[in-house]
Amino acid sequence: MSDGFLGAFSDAHRERLLSFARTVSFPAGTRVFDEDDPAQRFWVLRHGHVDLDCHDPARGALVVETLGEGELLGWSWLFEPYRWHLGATAQDAVTAYEFDADPVRAAIEQDARFGLALTRSVASVAIGRRLRACRIRLLDLYRPTDTGRASAGGEPR
Amino acid sequence: MTTPAPYRVVTRTVEAPDVATLVLEPAGDPLPPFSPGQFAMLYAFGVGDIPVSVCAVDGHRLTHTIRAVGAVSSALHGSRTGGTVGVRGPFGTGWGLDHAAGRDLLVIAGGIGLAPLRPVVLAALAAPERHGRLNVLVGARVPGDLLYASETDAWRERGARVLVTVDRPDARWNGDVGVVTTLLGRAAFTPSDTTAFVCGPEVMIRATARDLVDRGLDADRVRVSLERTMHCGVGHCGHCQLGPLLLCRDGPVVTWAEARSLLRVREL
Amino acid sequence: MTDRDTTTAVIGKDGVDALISVLAGRGRTVVGPTVRDGAIVLAELTRGDELPYGWGVELEAGHYRLRAREDGAAFANSAGPNSWKTFLHPQRERQWTAERRTGSGDDTDTDSREAWVVVPDETPSRSYAFLGVRPCDLRAIAIQDRVLTGGPYADRAYRGRRERAFLVVVECTEPGATCFCVSMGAGPGVDGGSDASYDLALTEVVDAAGHRFHVRAGSAEGAAVLAELPHRPADDTTAAAARERVAAAAGRMGRTMPEVDLRALMRDSLGAERWNDVAARCLTCGNCTMVCPTCFCTSAEDVTDLTGDHTERWRRWESCFDLEFTHLPGGTVRSSSSSRYRQWCTHKLGTWHDQFGSSGCVGCGRCVVWCPVGIDITEEAHALADERAAGEGGTS
Repeated sequence: MSDGFLGAFSDAHRERLLSFARTVSFPAGTRVFDEDDPAQRFWVLRHGHVDLDCHDPARGALVVETLGEGELLGWSWLFEPYRWHLGATAQDAVTAYEFDADPVRAAIEQDARFGLALTRSVASVAIGRRLRACRIRLLDLYRPTDTGRASAGGEPR
Repeated sequence: MTTPAPYRVVTRTVEAPDVATLVLEPAGDPLPPFSPGQFAMLYAFGVGDIPVSVCAVDGHRLTHTIRAVGAVSSALHGSRTGGTVGVRGPFGTGWGLDHAAGRDLLVIAGGIGLAPLRPVVLAALAAPERHGRLNVLVGARVPGDLLYASETDAWRERGARVLVTVDRPDARWNGDVGVVTTLLGRAAFTPSDTTAFVCGPEVMIRATARDLVDRGLDADRVRVSLERTMHCGVGHCGHCQLGPLLLCRDGPVVTWAEARSLLRVREL
Repeated sequence: MTDRDTTTAVIGKDGVDALISVLAGRGRTVVGPTVRDGAIVLAELTRGDELPYGWGVELEAGHYRLRAREDGAAFANSAGPNSWKTFLHPQRERQWTAERRTGSGDDTDTDSREAWVVVPDETPSRSYAFLGVRPCDLRAIAIQDRVLTGGPYADRAYRGRRERAFLVVVECTEPGATCFCVSMGAGPGVDGGSDASYDLALTEVVDAAGHRFHVRAGSAEGAAVLAELPHRPADDTTAAAARERVAAAAGRMGRTMPEVDLRALMRDSLGAERWNDVAARCLTCGNCTMVCPTCFCTSAEDVTDLTGDHTERWRRWESCFDLEFTHLPGGTVRSSSSSRYRQWCTHKLGTWHDQFGSSGCVGCGRCVVWCPVGIDITEEAHALADERAAGEGGTS
């Protein structure tokens, strides 16, 4: 987990953040939050997986990404309007650190260094990494017109 | 120029709508043994030949997974049991699993890139004492495109950490969704003592290799399999050049340390 | 030198006539320069008078003209449009034939219906004698030897022709305006570092003492052939005249490469602006690759007869200027003309070292002459060197 979200902090800032945490567990299938609900909490996953989804009237919940061990679940609590852009469901049994957003936001306002460290971590590890991943998926690299590789059944011409 | 040795198709397994795996057996004298990562030029009678990595070696039997894309691959893909396929090889560099002795292994595949990596997984499972933890990270477009789905549970049972993710889940998919690099956070490895084997589309290789180096892997221990047009397989036709490399001879497997600067040059 | 010296001699034009008939008599197809269609080309020779006696050439970028010579010399001209690769590594060559095995008539037996066998081409190689191989072209042959037979897989047909070929080198005494073999260390003399062996080396001397050739044998067969020719012992005057002419040729090169490490220059120039400048002129016609004596790239094609039971694999020359050359299922890797010229130039002068242990350029100048728009690899190399130097100056 050291290279997960918490790995991006200095020891002091990580301790500071964890002082706001409590450990929680969700059974598989737990709805953690819904799209457009107020973002009042966030989580760092310790075990298990959470699917982020978007609801389509015809197709139901469309999973856009899965988060796992060490990853930050939720960043909408950090930016206005503090509402979830997607929904989240536990894919299997999940254990996580859970944080209330209010006291963490207050700490950010009060301690600029801590605030910068936290904002940086959210931006680089969570949002940045996911944005890069998302862009790569946009390329649809494995689409049928591309073999992916000549050395596994491609075609010179 | 080498000439194709006739091999008989022993079994044909459908992996996905346009992907089949052929097990081939020599109809005459067998070719020299193939190492994981090496490729064969597979010849369809009267149509032509294409490079296809070996995805299992069992005595003189060769296994190749083929995706139907053009005329030759469609002909090979459509081979029937009992039919004859021409084989030239073995060509190119192997994955070099021996260089990873004692280290954790990261096998990272995108799409059909799992095919060339399958023999690495099989070899690592066959000799678990030779290396540390074995991680197999697989990304596919849709659940139906996942290769060797019937085998991956067995890989898990034999001690591999197999993580699978898809770009586009279907209604029945209850696994991970996302690109293959997002699985890295959940793999079990010590970056300073790990060798990675990466195969997939070049964009995926670049993103994955950079991520691995960011996580502390030495660029020399990130081995990637590259793709360029290959016509002859023996270094004589010039098509597969990538700067100083003739990929049929100096590749397809090279280290990220070698590949990185070359892949930065457009249209090289 | 003694009277019994079998390795050097002087022959006249009658000796060259005899050389052709002796080589033909030994079962060899003799190929050498001859005037045809307004150019000096390499073709099969049966008589000495087919050689281009009295013809020189006037060369410039994108320009080739025959010019009559008063002195009647046969080899006082430089590279024409074709090279020895036309014979050693031909434009089209069958690599194998495959045939369906006729089944026992039992149509339900899938195995026998689909089985086929490969019939490799075992036609014995032609035995050539090349008359008039210039030192630059001798170097080119050595380079293609390394490409086609130096790796783990040798091209058997090429090797067969190569091993049976008898090489008569003719040293260069009359470089053209597009020649730069001195820059590439490949000429004009045969001892200019060339690494292919030859059977006989001739140096043509025309002066008041007559029209003659100083000859050195480079192999036992060369010495044996020389012994069969009307010849006289090599004399110091002719030997000195031959040496002088070759040395003078070295000082009359029409072109030079920049005096830098060309391999490093190419490595440093992958992002150069100059490629765009070339691309604005280059037609990507691939002429340079066809006339180059070392360019070896080929494509494979399969040809099947109407019954579908008989198929052949052919290999044909291909150019890295062709869009198809780097075709992958997703598209073409080198789609811009700048990237294709860069590939050709950096391969020839740079990455050839990495792949095959030497430069791929011998300084023959053919690519300069036969470019329809006169693109000159030496001019481009100078421009790349200048651009690099300017960049270094700007950043330091």
